[in-house]
Amino acid sequence: MNSTLRSTIFYTLLSLAAVLIPVLDLVLTRLGWGNWAIGNETCQRVLIFAILGLGLNIVVGYTGLLHLGVAAFMAIGVYAFAISTCSIYPFQVGFWGGLGIAMAAAAVAGVLLGTPTLRLRGDYLAIVTLGFGEIVQEVLKNVDTVTKGMQTIGDLPKPVVPWFKPPANFYLYEFDSLDTVPWYFLFLGILVLLVLLVRNLEYSRLGRQWMSIREDQLAASCMGINPTEVKVLSFAVAAAICGLAGALLASKLETTAEPTSYDFNVSITVLCLLIVGGLGSIRGVLVGACIVMGFEILLNRGTQALQRWGLESGGNVFLTPNNWKFLIFGLALVLMMQFRPEGIFPSSRVKAELHKAEGQPPTAEAPGA
Amino acid sequence: MSATEQFIQQLIFGLSNGMIIALIALGYSMVYGIVDLINFAHGDLFMLGTFLALTLVGLVLGLLGVNPQHITPLATFLGILVMLVVCPPFCAGLNWSIDRLAYRRLRNAPKLAPLVAAIGVSFILMNLGQFWGGLPMDVFGQGKAAAAPKNFPDLVPATNLLTKIGLTSNIRFTWKDLMVWSVTLPLLVLLTVVVKFTRLGKAMRATAQNPVAARLMGIDTERVIGSTFLIGGGLAGFASVIYSLYNNTIYFQLGYRSGMDAFTAAVLGGIGNLPGAALGGIVIGLVRAMSDQYVATIWTNTIVFGILVLILVFRPSGLLGARAREKV
Repeated sequence: MNSTLRSTIFYTLLSLAAVLIPVLDLVLTRLGWGNWAIGNETCQRVLIFAILGLGLNIVVGYTGLLHLGVAAFMAIGVYAFAISTCSIYPFQVGFWGGLGIAMAAAAVAGVLLGTPTLRLRGDYLAIVTLGFGEIVQEVLKNVDTVTKGMQTIGDLPKPVVPWFKPPANFYLYEFDSLDTVPWYFLFLGILVLLVLLVRNLEYSRLGRQWMSIREDQLAASCMGINPTEVKVLSFAVAAAICGLAGALLASKLETTAEPTSYDFNVSITVLCLLIVGGLGSIRGVLVGACIVMGFEILLNRGTQALQRWGLESGGNVFLTPNNWKFLIFGLALVLMMQFRPEGIFPSSRVKAELHKAEGQPPTAEAPGA
Repeated sequence: MSATEQFIQQLIFGLSNGMIIALIALGYSMVYGIVDLINFAHGDLFMLGTFLALTLVGLVLGLLGVNPQHITPLATFLGILVMLVVCPPFCAGLNWSIDRLAYRRLRNAPKLAPLVAAIGVSFILMNLGQFWGGLPMDVFGQGKAAAAPKNFPDLVPATNLLTKIGLTSNIRFTWKDLMVWSVTLPLLVLLTVVVKFTRLGKAMRATAQNPVAARLMGIDTERVIGSTFLIGGGLAGFASVIYSLYNNTIYFQLGYRSGMDAFTAAVLGGIGNLPGAALGGIVIGLVRAMSDQYVATIWTNTIVFGILVLILVFRPSGLLGARAREKV
């Protein structure tokens, strides 16, 4: 089976699942088996994290830079969206304008972070991005005259279709917090657009420049590629995508949520889904998002089941499945690195790079190191 | 309290906290120097050390039948003794095992692989710390609210030593400060002696300089790396004991917070450079104290992270680091 056919089958199955899951949930709920439904909330989380994963994949997967602060880009998107749309601020540009501003603000933040720091080596850069993530979070928390700090900004606008007056009770138009199906399809639509966009980027001139930097920066710059410029662009594009994800989530939740909810754990969850799925591969991102988020659902379901059976007393730290989350994420990271660093659905080039060292003697890790 | 006294007080406070940070920073720096890995899990190792310390204190107090609110001198003596005997070997052994299990296979892998593994280990340890906080012991609040910060019994009295020797002033230099200084300074001297003058130290420096050449000279580099993890972990163990005694609050996310301080310290001093790490730790301790006093507590973390970013951007070699080790 050649790879085109495989990828066609993969995407067909995934799209079918994406469309059928809400329908299936609806049927299950009507039949009274609502406990077994996956639930729209969860599906939306999968979609949001898939979008974040697509963004981070550009930096980590394509360009090969470890970025530990994507949550900061997300937070910047959220707050840009909130400040530009919420009625307590003078701008009120509306949902779509807000999305644009969120993406632009995050991209600018990406450029500002990237320009001075991208000449750093991989592990130093990782730490700088981590520090950036913490700084953004603290600043959002502390500058509460602008961001309302821990009080959060509420009442964010919902999507509206411009120039379209829906008839009363027009089903797919009601973006409210109770009926979440329209949200699901909005997120899904945006994810599909982004997948197409990122796929085209991957094969574009810029995408190939990113990958050449990842494979060998020296060789790439000998070919006339300006590494800093290309890396900054990868930061900017990734930041814009993460900012978009943040803005969508905020609009759905109708609030920015507390600044501390965009912490290191979020960044690591996104990184984890990339690594489980496969660095540098869009299929990997999609599968990784399903696995990592699906795993969160399993834990939540476990909690609910324990509560139903009266085992969960609320006091016992071990019987709260959510407490196991980061233990298992951590194990996943360690084990993936040991046994399958290229992920479940690897990009063939990343896989080749990761395994090129095998079979060679451990050559000098550059003398003088 | 006059402005000068305030300043001196913060100086003492900053120095004491800085020395604790320095002990942790040394672990980062040593490991980085020898295997080029930011051992992300080091801070969480330290955190587990503090939880072990609290468990031991709980056991000692329980055996002696002493109420944590009314500590007797015997309890203080025994508690500190047991902690200093048990915690450093525990952290050292744990650090060594982590290296064996998680990092060793990745020595020749692309550089990001061990870093990601280290992040994974860090999360595992943090989660274990959360579980540990759920122990059904009195000192852990009988396991209720496992994630909540834990009070560490006040084993070392906060009696002001300056008034004891007859100085009347508002500045406080307590038994706690003395304890921190008298544990840290000998350790720093000992470490310097080990690295500078022993066979193992020589082998460590050789491996750090060039692992291949070191192997060619007959040095068992894996053994040397193992010893480095042992020593770094041991220092974290000492740090965990004095941290708990000095600050009296521990929580399972402590590793991330103090780990970042310590890492910043290591970078500030020039990562891989041991005197630099100690100096960096003290500087960061002072910066934190001064920022708490003169800026605002809410901005202290931001300032530390800001320093980290600025140092990495403008002087990645740190204060004492050799210039430009960067290869392409």
